[in-house]
Amino acid sequence: MQQTNAYIGTPQNRVDGRAKVTGGAKYAAEFEAPDLAYGIVISSAIAKGRIASIDTSAALAVPGVLQVFTHENRARTAWFDRNFRDETAPPGSPFRPLYDDKIVYSGQPIALVVAEEFELAAHAASLVRVEYETDAHMTDLDLRRSEAYVPPKKRSNVKPPPSPRGDAEGAFAQAPVKVHAEYRVAIEHHNPMETHASTVVYEEDGTLTIHDKTQGAQNSQSYVSSVFGLSTGQVRVVSPYIGGAFGSGLRPQYQLFLAVMAALELKRSVRVVLTRDQMFTFGYRPLTIQTISLGANPDGKLVSIMHDAIQTTSPWEDYQEVVVNWSNLLYHCDNVKLTYQLAQVDTYTPIDMRAPGAALGVTAIETAMDELAYAAGIDPVELRLRNYAEVDEADKKTFTSKELRACYQLGAERFGWAGRNPAPRSMRDGRELVGWGMASGVWEAIMQKTAARAVLTLDGNLEVASATTDIGTGTYTILTQIAAETLGLPMAAVATKIGDSSLPKSPVQGGSWTAASAGSAVQNACLSVREQLFKYARQMDNSPLANASIEQVMFADGRVCLMNDPNAGVTFAEAMQSGGVERIEAEEKASPGMLTSLRHSGYSHSAVFVEVKVDEDLGRVRVTRIVNAIAAGTILNPKTARSQIIGGVVFGIGMALEEESMLDHNLGRFMNHNLAEYHVPVNADVYDIDVIFVSEHEEMLNPLGIKGLGEIGVVGTAAAIGNAIYHATGKRVREYPITVDKLLG
Amino acid sequence: MNRFSYLRASSVDEAVREAASDPAARFIAGGTNLIDLMKYNVEQPARLIDITHLPLNQIDETDSGGLRIGALVTNDEAAYDPRVQDRYPLLSSAILAGASAQLRNSATTGGNLLQRTRCYYFYDPGTPCNKREPGTGCPAATGRNRIHAILGTSEHCIATHPSDMAVALAALEAVVHVTGPDGERAIPLSDFHRLPGDHPEIDTTLRHGEIITAVELPAADFSRNYTYLKLRDRLSYAFALVSVAVALRIDGDAIAEARLALGGVAHKPWRDPEAETLLHGHPASEDRFAAVADHILKDARGYEDNAFKIDLAKRAIIRALSQAAAGTPQSQTDKRIQ
Repeated sequence: MQQTNAYIGTPQNRVDGRAKVTGGAKYAAEFEAPDLAYGIVISSAIAKGRIASIDTSAALAVPGVLQVFTHENRARTAWFDRNFRDETAPPGSPFRPLYDDKIVYSGQPIALVVAEEFELAAHAASLVRVEYETDAHMTDLDLRRSEAYVPPKKRSNVKPPPSPRGDAEGAFAQAPVKVHAEYRVAIEHHNPMETHASTVVYEEDGTLTIHDKTQGAQNSQSYVSSVFGLSTGQVRVVSPYIGGAFGSGLRPQYQLFLAVMAALELKRSVRVVLTRDQMFTFGYRPLTIQTISLGANPDGKLVSIMHDAIQTTSPWEDYQEVVVNWSNLLYHCDNVKLTYQLAQVDTYTPIDMRAPGAALGVTAIETAMDELAYAAGIDPVELRLRNYAEVDEADKKTFTSKELRACYQLGAERFGWAGRNPAPRSMRDGRELVGWGMASGVWEAIMQKTAARAVLTLDGNLEVASATTDIGTGTYTILTQIAAETLGLPMAAVATKIGDSSLPKSPVQGGSWTAASAGSAVQNACLSVREQLFKYARQMDNSPLANASIEQVMFADGRVCLMNDPNAGVTFAEAMQSGGVERIEAEEKASPGMLTSLRHSGYSHSAVFVEVKVDEDLGRVRVTRIVNAIAAGTILNPKTARSQIIGGVVFGIGMALEEESMLDHNLGRFMNHNLAEYHVPVNADVYDIDVIFVSEHEEMLNPLGIKGLGEIGVVGTAAAIGNAIYHATGKRVREYPITVDKLLG
Repeated sequence: MNRFSYLRASSVDEAVREAASDPAARFIAGGTNLIDLMKYNVEQPARLIDITHLPLNQIDETDSGGLRIGALVTNDEAAYDPRVQDRYPLLSSAILAGASAQLRNSATTGGNLLQRTRCYYFYDPGTPCNKREPGTGCPAATGRNRIHAILGTSEHCIATHPSDMAVALAALEAVVHVTGPDGERAIPLSDFHRLPGDHPEIDTTLRHGEIITAVELPAADFSRNYTYLKLRDRLSYAFALVSVAVALRIDGDAIAEARLALGGVAHKPWRDPEAETLLHGHPASEDRFAAVADHILKDARGYEDNAFKIDLAKRAIIRALSQAAAGTPQSQTDKRIQ
């Protein structure tokens, strides 16, 4: 039945687009408050040791300076680690700002200068004198490799590698075709456009309204409450717009702690904004060394997969992500051994960054598979088809849906892969060598328990609300689409409210789960409103729907009517008036289906095809063409979905060619801490990106069949670029980013 | 950031007088570099003398047939001036290879010459740096030095000068006109920037109180055989790993005159007149270009991260000479290298 208000699956403009481009959308550092004070963070210059002395007298002497907070005069906070542990914290003891005189990493916040004006605070900060006693630090993973360990305590929601199956070593030793190599991806920092900021409004009654740059308003709320001993009723976090985060906003960051502490101590509103260089002083994508051994028969069929990873973590927390599991998830093999270890370095704890684990692990396995394709003399797409995993072998589950085969086929067709000469250096365009490469991508389709509320009013307007955020992904828009379609209203009649801790409960936005989770919750709330509405409609005097069941009616254009006779119906307003109500309200939850997850695995997939042109003498790489074919269940909004994938692909270009946070191991400090020297792709680096959404019928994960799109675009892209560079040049670079020195060296 | 006083100068004489009397004063024009450095507490001038209202924003013909570009002419005005595009396309191309449209709209000719190094350590007051704080050491030499110098370094500093414009000006043998407490003088561009030596904190030969009033381009015809080739870690908006400015005068089949300057490799735009003479009187050939490249880089010294620049510079020199000789200069919009 064709509905008038059918929005799901149609391209729609962002409902928040106008507010964003006209400046109407307010971000954390843009909220005003009476008597707002400004805090500037001072960062440690050394990586390890203690603060021998900190002289704040000159700063305090500046008229207008309100206080300089240090470990010597900080407020009392909670005692136990659990009070500092937010909902995404890995096992360990979370970092506590200004806790004591110890320095545990370079860039650690050691003081907050608060003044009447921003400029005064910045000036006073330059007058604080710090003396350190330095201890030996270690930031070099290569020198800590021998001390790597299996994390004793598993991080919640992160699967450890499965137990070994078969005899991977033995099968590898016997295999006629082998690949064995080490792969590295450099440390990356998220670098969202908006730097981290918190504006803490100290209300007249002493409660706090906090505008925080966060991916979880309620996560920040509960962190602040438990650390500072406040009730959740005393803390409200309102973060309607987030200027990108990519994972950096999953955990409450230190500017939030410092701004709240200052506001409580000074009993006035305080804003703290981190500088761009301070964006390099908390979580990052960890440096990862991976070793892969693939053994295959001459026909390319895998007989052994061994994939080992070692990642950096901090001395105080065991950060973990899923790096190696993807190898067996993508490819059938009977002899599999996967290991995952951590090694401690003196940096802050890593934090999830877009496709955490997968962006690293799939880059390595998909580079190795390309090497295997050459070792076996088999086309890279054909090699993947011959090893196609029909089931999740590690967990012994079937897939809820998996159209990866169609991704390979449709991507290859669009790209023109059939015309590829497999020989490296076989294609040329003037002085440029041309290369074509491909890779697969995969990401878990996750759902988290989320609540939403829907309120329909007599004027025909609907408000839907959930505490989830929109980090730029398009959440506002897809929730509006789902609500409008479910209740048969125009999108313009729907207002979506999110990013507020006072709204129905939601986890942080991350893991590509928000569309499935918040989307399903909104749908459920709207379905509940429908039922109430239908009840009133049927109870009307002489109701044309009196004998109908809810399955026999449809909701469209603000009316509920019979499907087989749309003229027979009543308006929402008539039904509500008849029922004597001015509003219909419902709050519902959505949760992952436990039965489904016991028997089935849900993943999104992709196939990325890339053309590069490499100047033969100068090593300059241009990524001239990318086709990314995505299978991710229902695509709610092809327009915002395409933007999501393009953003992910550009992220992948950065990983492949440019992004690297450079650690100076002598100083234990990241050195290229600005956007001039930490390179992300600019417009000139981005040529044609073609996104294909492969039709995939998904009905097990959630009623709408949503898998999520936040991560899948980045997964596989770096490997496809590296593989294309190999095809162009004959040079295999196993350390990303592939910079000119590695290509010419 | 520190407290500072601010004065808007209404004449060159006033600007010079006020600056000369205050050792902690700095001129400010476009501010695209100085304000960043002040935010980082790298520069802490007690006084800013705003020179943006001085009458130094014209491009004029000189009596000898060259052009005189006022110090306050913005980078974009210089790059898109029809006389510059027509007669000094090398300069136009080099300017457009740098920064972004927004920065070029604000940055000035004089300020471009005075921009400071992009060395990570210089920019980070949490680390030692001889250029920022003389005597504290140079962690770049044993640390992260991908973007650092391979020519003319000293044990005290391995920083590079980041300008693209200055590299073209070095090849064009521009002259920097300055006015100071002792009157006017003219400094050849090649003598304007200095090598770090024992005093890396001093970037140029400009004396305190002196103000750049103009950059003069001598009459010359390098409008056919030239190129500005810039290699960097992404296709736009990054400082040069290596850049090469080439200006050739070709007479019949032979190169009559060759000018070649390198950027991104030293504390100043790098010229090697001896290497240039290897081209004089010879037809263009890759072998000869390679010999020139080898000569220029013969004393180069690489560090842990940047040793690749030696080979890259040689390759860039060969390509740039080929582009110039063929009359096919590098486009700054099409990122394919000709």
